[in-house]
Amino acid sequence: MLSSALASEPPPQRQQELAHMVRQECGSCHGMSLQGGLGPALLPADLRDKPAEGLAATIYHGRPGTAMPPWQRFLTEAEAAWVVDRLLSGFPE
Amino acid sequence: MRILFSVLLVAFLSACAGTPPLRGTGDLALIIERASGHVTLANTSTRQPYARIGGLGDLSHASAVYSRDGRYAYVFGRDGALSKIDMLEGRMVKRIVQSGNAIGGSISQDGRIVVAQNYKPGGIKAFDAETLELLAEVPAEYAPGQFSKVVGLADSPGNKFVYALFDAGEIWVSDFSDPRRPVTQRFPAGQNPYDGLVTPDGRHFLAGLFGEDGVALLDLWQPEKGSRKILEKYGRGEEKLPVYKMPHLRGWSVAQGKAYLPAIGRHEVLVVDVATWKEVGRIPVRGQPVFVMARPDGRQVWVNFAFPDYGKVDVIDTLKGQVAHQLEPGKGILHMEFTPRGENVWLSARDDHKILIYNTENLTRIGEITADAPSGIFFSSRAQRIGF
Repeated sequence: MLSSALASEPPPQRQQELAHMVRQECGSCHGMSLQGGLGPALLPADLRDKPAEGLAATIYHGRPGTAMPPWQRFLTEAEAAWVVDRLLSGFPE
Repeated sequence: MRILFSVLLVAFLSACAGTPPLRGTGDLALIIERASGHVTLANTSTRQPYARIGGLGDLSHASAVYSRDGRYAYVFGRDGALSKIDMLEGRMVKRIVQSGNAIGGSISQDGRIVVAQNYKPGGIKAFDAETLELLAEVPAEYAPGQFSKVVGLADSPGNKFVYALFDAGEIWVSDFSDPRRPVTQRFPAGQNPYDGLVTPDGRHFLAGLFGEDGVALLDLWQPEKGSRKILEKYGRGEEKLPVYKMPHLRGWSVAQGKAYLPAIGRHEVLVVDVATWKEVGRIPVRGQPVFVMARPDGRQVWVNFAFPDYGKVDVIDTLKGQVAHQLEPGKGILHMEFTPRGENVWLSARDDHKILIYNTENLTRIGEITADAPSGIFFSSRAQRIGF
């Protein structure tokens, strides 16, 4: 688990908050189990071929012209990168 | 013969000894517990839960419709499951997995057909309400090989179902007069319809648009006149605020000859005269509206909000045309449901793990029910309403 050694990893309490936000708030479009809904599925197999930086930028800045809003009011760029890292490796419950 | 009859009578009476007392179904509630795949059943007169049923799968964004006698609830799960719940016996009667990814459903005017709307594969599927046997399906194939997610499915008179195609920007009307051979008509809607509603009289279908400012309108009494757009350019070209959750539309938006509709990307409720379909007002509120629900008598309209403002609820006074009360009932208010005559409203507070029950006249909290991350609340009185 090289990625979990990143210096920017959020503290455990914040990780729990982020995990809750992804499951509950992102889940309203992407599904609580991240299998997709109005928004696409976010399981490792769905994201594997996409560059991680692009995914983090999509979370942080949103994607204009689509239903994906920017989440920068609610997390930092480093936290968006952590969320992507978790999504790629199997998201915590 | 007489001896046989007596034996049967004794057997019948002794079987009755173990059965619970008779009761009606008019005042029951089903509460979705989204995180754990459970539903809690409650009584809206005693305001107490009476049963809890598990094993329903992924219930994020789950919804329910009722059989016309109010006895059975059909629960549509996000994972494509359709579960039939016996509200009186408090148990699951049947469960099928009918698609990969579903978003709700509806029941026909005659109560015989239950229809699920699906994201993947995009389209609708019709089932026998008694057995859940598949009767027919209408794939949302709007161009060769291209399928759309289906939103806004609602029943309308004549065993018709009306729905919108998110990716295709169309409204479809499928007539299930012959349940195994539906006939479908297509109408243009606009960019990315996100949900729809049938007015309480069953006459008009409205599809809210996400991709543009406006609402698509179809007169189901005169479909030959085609669909048209109302509330065009309500955003006046101003930049939209981010939308962190799609609003929901249903026939509850109509009160006192007006429809109260959530704006998209604006912290406003739009008010439309349903005789002329012209905008007659807009009411500032404290967030992106998700549910804009009139109390059954139309005297109040309650509004809840998308993340991050979902701890708030605004109550609009429809005589004054403005917010009269600002509430902060709890954490993560996801849904609201009025008792049939409107004296109480139940709110689900997801992150408080509670259903909060309010008196709508004096806005005091009169009860609560514990539930695990509750979302949708569905009262059995929906059984008798068009578009529910």
